[in-house]
Amino acid sequence: MKKKYNEKTAIDIIDKVGARPEMLVQILHAFIKKFSYIDEQAIRLIAKKINLSRAEIHGVVSFYHDFRTEPTGEKVIKICQAEACQSMGSRELTKYAEKILDVNMHQTSKDMKLTLEPVYCLGNCALSPAIMIDEKVYGKVNEEKLNDLVENL
Amino acid sequence: MNKKITKIFIPRETAAMSMGSDELAEKIALFSESKNISIEIVRNGSWGMSWLEPLIEVDTSDGRVAYGPVSIDDIESLFESNFLEGSDHALCQGKTQNIPYLKSQQRWTFRKCGLIDPTCIHSYIENDGYLGLKKSIANQKNIINQIDISGLRGRGGAGFPTGIKWKTVENAEADQKFIACNADEGDSGTFSDRILMESDPFALIEGMTIAGIAVGANRGYIYLRSEYPHAYNILLNAVETAKKHNWLGENIQDSEFDFNIDIHVGGGSYVCGEETAMLESLEGKAGTIRYKPPLPAIEGLFGKPTIVNNVVTLASVPDIMAFGGDAYAEHGVNRSKGTLAFQLSGNVKQGGLVELAFGVTLREIIDKWGGGTASGKPVYAVQVGGPLGAYFPESLLDTPLDYEAFSEKKGMVGHGGIVIFDDSVDMAAQARFAMEFCSIESCGKCTPCRIGSTRGMEVIDNITNNLDREKNLELLDDLCETMIDGSLCAMGGLTPFPVKSALKYFPEDFKINNEN
Ligand SMILES: Cc1cc2nc3c(=O)[nH]c(=O)nc-3n(C[C@H](O)[C@H](O)[C@H](O)COP(=O)(O)O)c2cc1C
Ligand code: SF4
Ligand code: FES
Repeated sequence: MKKKYNEKTAIDIIDKVGARPEMLVQILHAFIKKFSYIDEQAIRLIAKKINLSRAEIHGVVSFYHDFRTEPTGEKVIKICQAEACQSMGSRELTKYAEKILDVNMHQTSKDMKLTLEPVYCLGNCALSPAIMIDEKVYGKVNEEKLNDLVENL
Repeated sequence: MNKKITKIFIPRETAAMSMGSDELAEKIALFSESKNISIEIVRNGSWGMSWLEPLIEVDTSDGRVAYGPVSIDDIESLFESNFLEGSDHALCQGKTQNIPYLKSQQRWTFRKCGLIDPTCIHSYIENDGYLGLKKSIANQKNIINQIDISGLRGRGGAGFPTGIKWKTVENAEADQKFIACNADEGDSGTFSDRILMESDPFALIEGMTIAGIAVGANRGYIYLRSEYPHAYNILLNAVETAKKHNWLGENIQDSEFDFNIDIHVGGGSYVCGEETAMLESLEGKAGTIRYKPPLPAIEGLFGKPTIVNNVVTLASVPDIMAFGGDAYAEHGVNRSKGTLAFQLSGNVKQGGLVELAFGVTLREIIDKWGGGTASGKPVYAVQVGGPLGAYFPESLLDTPLDYEAFSEKKGMVGHGGIVIFDDSVDMAAQARFAMEFCSIESCGKCTPCRIGSTRGMEVIDNITNNLDREKNLELLDDLCETMIDGSLCAMGGLTPFPVKSALKYFPEDFKINNEN
């Protein structure tokens, strides 16, 4: 489960991945995996541990789409917005998902249950439209299949 | 009681898993247990026939027999109809090797995908795995020569001759060199890197090791996109296994050569697939594009000479070394030698991976393998080569898939992705999306790409909303030219190609929007 940011876990993560500047992207990933987002305190800590300025860490965090700075809901649902999925109705599927989940893209539901995000190709283009819930990919997702998946979250 | 243990192959690969292969494997195990039937489930990779997934196979005395697409509801009827003997069933596809989709391909790089268990190094070796590395260790000087003879060109998109790149790195003087595998596979409509890594990871590891030996590099990195968590697990396991069996590490197979591989995960940025941005990202930085020269082959990762190659490029190497560059060069046409793994997707009946010699036409591949559109309507537009590739209309479907033939038509073979659309597509929306994608993914270094793409969206909106239409059409044309001429890399430089092709071949889709 995703945990609230705490310094001790954060230090362990940095030491495990490697407290070196070239490991920064990997460290940030490990933080996302653990905490779902990059906390301001995390930036401070990483800067200290790997000897870079906070501005430098900020620059990297803001460059990559994966490195959010707000916590996500318990589940993250990503809907592919790229061409193969578009050709099989991902635009309509996205609208439908926003409606039944009552959240818009890039947003987290008020009860913190789920976050909806766009993704540009999951490599499941032959079975489009594709979506990903946490780390699991689903293919040929139509409204009915989405309903089932959401019901069983 | 005389119990025979039958092997059942159930793929563990993202496409198959996305259609429920994990749950299927679980339920088949439970079912056979409850009926006291002895089976052994092998989790293989995928043959790439995604449209049949989950495609399961039974190992019979007469070879492997395939059934697909199998859902949990089919389990009982499969057992009832005695599928463990390979008997007929509504889902039976016959012997795997005889399925026309597969049989008619020229499998080279992907020949072991689906066949073997990707976690098992023994099944890799039994199928001529590591033969190429053995030969490379025995005759290090011959490696680049064989790559040259094979005519292999980079499969990541640009089609640069691999032998020339390797020679440059070999000749560079340095205390440290690197092999960096580009597994960012950001192009929409492509999944061949993923299928290879999930189905035959040792082929990539072997290819990287051979590259290391060829140029004197003892360290390799795989830069894997974060959207591929399953590939990550498979690769990590394969690297550990290879180390345990001394196919990686110090003094590989008691030779003088060392080679190690680390896996780095990307940050969800498309532009990090561009090689210099990838190197920046591997160094832990934001993925902004570097100026070239210097080439990565001279000053790459941490400023050291670095081979950057795509997954499929590197995975093609072991068999080139095992069976000879000549054998590879026998496939293909003109300057496009060997095979390419085309990937059929979008609105297509039979989507999946089709490895073929270069030279086949787009129409052939869509009709013969794809089986036409999923909707049954005629093909309206086809985008080849990812989000930066042009949209082709029906009238260009007879273009042969060969790097040069495609660029003559202002198209791009790229990484081999073929995305099919029927007439329900709105090509103005697709053109707008090309600009939008560029605005989302631009690294921000040059104005035409960063600002031009946002401007492009507005201009296309104005055109479809009939605001100063003629003027805006002209503006769009100018904007495209500025992006082509004024961008540092292909992100900004190629985005105009899908836009311009949409305008040129599908002008009726840019008519005024007010009806809808
Ligand atoms: C915007 C952009 C994205 C790219 N994405 C990828 C990618 O995801 N995978 C890849 O192998 N090459 C990609 N490339 C091409 C690489 O820059 C480079 O040419 C390639 O990795 C070299 O390997 P190869 O010679 O084996 O193809 C991309 C290029 C650009 C301009
Ligand atoms: S063209 Fe775009 S992505 Fe490429 S260097 Fe310029 S701003 Fe960056
Ligand atoms: S385009 Fe949606 S999974 Fe590739």
